[in-house]
This record gives sequence, structure tokens and C-alpha cells, in this order.
Amino acid sequence: MHFKSLLLLAIQHVTDRVVFALMIINKAGGLIYQHDFAEGLNQLSSNDYLVFAGTFHGVHAITTRLYPLSHQTVATRSSLSNFDRPDPPSGIEVLETESFRLQCFSTLTGTKFLLFTEPQQANIEGILRRVYELYSDYVMKNPFYQSEMPIRCEGFDRRLVAYLRPLNSR
Amino acid sequence: MASQPTKWALGNQAPARGSSQGLRTPANGKTIYNRPLNRSRTQELSQASFAYLFGEMVSYAQRRVTDIQDLEKRLNNQGHPIGLKLLDLLLYREPPRSQLRPLNIIALLQFITTVLWKHLFARPADALEKSSNPETPDEYMITDNEPLVNQYISVPKGMDQLNCAAFVAGVIEGACDGAGFAARVTAHSMGTKTEGELWPGKTIFLVKFQPEIVEREQFLGKS
Repeated sequence: MHFKSLLLLAIQHVTDRVVFALMIINKAGGLIYQHDFAEGLNQLSSNDYLVFAGTFHGVHAITTRLYPLSHQTVATRSSLSNFDRPDPPSGIEVLETESFRLQCFSTLTGTKFLLFTEPQQANIEGILRRVYELYSDYVMKNPFYQSEMPIRCEGFDRRLVAYLRPLNSR
Repeated sequence: MASQPTKWALGNQAPARGSSQGLRTPANGKTIYNRPLNRSRTQELSQASFAYLFGEMVSYAQRRVTDIQDLEKRLNNQGHPIGLKLLDLLLYREPPRSQLRPLNIIALLQFITTVLWKHLFARPADALEKSSNPETPDEYMITDNEPLVNQYISVPKGMDQLNCAAFVAGVIEGACDGAGFAARVTAHSMGTKTEGELWPGKTIFLVKFQPEIVEREQFLGKS
């Protein structure tokens, strides 16, 4: 009995920490990358993924304009030099549902990384930073990649899976 | 007399132009040619900046190119002068008693896979083999499991034949030509065919010496 509950706990622990999927949206709102790493999310049709990306992009753009405080800080800080410019308004960063959590990371150039994980997943920011690193290495340094176009880089896929698989099976 | 002021003007301009700072001359006026040739210990470069540079070289070679052979040929041509010059530089840096130019094929290839490889990639090549096929005694194979130049490159689906390490093949070819062993060097991807997943970027450089070189080698070996 005791052993059984331990086993259950272990399974719980494993299923709690899952990275489901990654999407990358370019600065025009087009979906340029979509990859599933674990079971758990329903598959949508490729058209629905495109619609999702476009919709999220629009909502994100509007939410960046909702929060008025950052404009005030710009006004009070205008006497300072250009170097400590405040961060641009961030927009939606997290969406949470009962079964998954969507974390959005927007780069300075407007590319968005969406990571779908279990709600209890730890260190999501670290994972996203590492994914961004892989993207800047294996996509942006690839001479055959045209920016803003769908990402078809075998080296990027390979490194991404090599990084995320061990996280899921831990 | 009238020409005097203009002469002055020119004279004033000339040093200004000489000391103008730009991409070619750094702020302290010391270019790469002012440095001693032997200082090699701390000469490490950023791999990221090399990756961007090499990416642009590949894109540049890709312009107005008809097929993949043509593209590889261009990359090869970009590497050739580097090999030619590196042979001289690296021999000069060797200790005085081993500064001799390699005099046979094996010595040359060993120089390439150890000294030249270590200078370029900070490690020796992974293997050096002679072709086991008796019909092609002029072929040698240098293996690199993970060529540094290909680190960030993913070749698209339609261009499977292409291996951007053709640039390194050009460097090897330049070194062989400079040493007096005319050869053709080509780069071939082997990662997917043999051994599979362990080294997906595995590349074999096929060094094919000209027939007269092999003939000379055999003649010298007999005497």
C-alpha cells in the first residue's frame, strides 16, 4: 500500500513537469514554427494553428497598449540619457488554464516564443531563454534561413528535442 | 605662385587621410601586419562572429550560381588562398628543425590533420585513411566528425548533396598545392549513411592527388 502510493506520487511528479509544445510567431503575426514535445494537448489542424498565432499576436499587440503606466515613466524620465530607456510595455506574458500554462516571451525584435507546459512546470523562464539561445544559434546563423519565413532547420529541431526530452522524462 | 596654396592644401590633407579611422585601420594604427607572426597562444576568435561571416560567405557564393557543384566550387575557391598562406605561416611557426616543407604525401597529410587542423579548429582531425580500393591509390580520406564551419548550418531538404565544408576542402587543397602536391579535395557528408545518429554532421574530405604526384611518390619511394 505504502509502496503503491509512493509509485503514484512518482508518476504524479513526472506528469506534473511536462513541456507540451513550442510555437514561434514572427513579428507580422505569422506562425513560423510549431513543434510538439509530449502528449497532452489536442492536435489542431494546421489552419487552426495559423489562426491561433494570428489571434494571439493581435491580442498581444492590444494588451501592450492597455497599461498606461509605462507612458508616464517615459515622460518623467525624458531628462535622462537614451541609454536607460524603459522596457517597452510587455503585453500578455502568461495564460493559464486548468490543464496547461502558456508562457509568452517576446524578443526585442518582436518575435514571440510561446511555450505550452503543465501549470506546475518550474523554471519556465530559464527554458525559454535556452530556447531563444538555440533559435539565435541554429536558426539565425544558418545562411539558408530567410528571416520571417517558416523555420525548417534540421539542426535546430535536433538540439531543441535534445534539450527538452530530458526535461520531460525527469 | 598661384599654385602654392593648393599645394599646402594637399599637403595638409594627405596625413589626415592616412590617419582616418575606418574598418581597415584600427584606432591605434596597428593592423594585423604590425603584429609578430609567431604570437599564436592567445589568438582565439569568437565562433559567433565567424558563424555570421561564414553565413554571409555562403550566401555570397550562392548568388548567380546554377547548381550545387558550382556552389561547392565557389566555396572551395574561397578557401584555396587561405590554405596556400597557412602552409607557409604554420611551417614558419614550427620549431626550426621541423620547418622543412613536407616531402611526401603522408608527411603532408599528417601536417594538415594535426598542425593545420589544430590551428584552425583547436583540435586534430578525427581520422586519416588511405583508400582501400586498389584502383584508386591516389585517394586519401580525412574525417571530421563535426566540422566547425557547419556547426550552425542546416542544409535545406532540396540541397542534400551540399556540404558547406567545401570551404575547408579548399583550404586543404590550397595547402597541398602550395607544398607541390597538386590535388583535388571534395567534402562529403557521411552522417546519415553510416553510423547514423552519433555524428550527424560527419564529413569526409576526399583528397585525390594528380596522377603525376602518385607516380613521383612511387619513384621516390623505390630509390
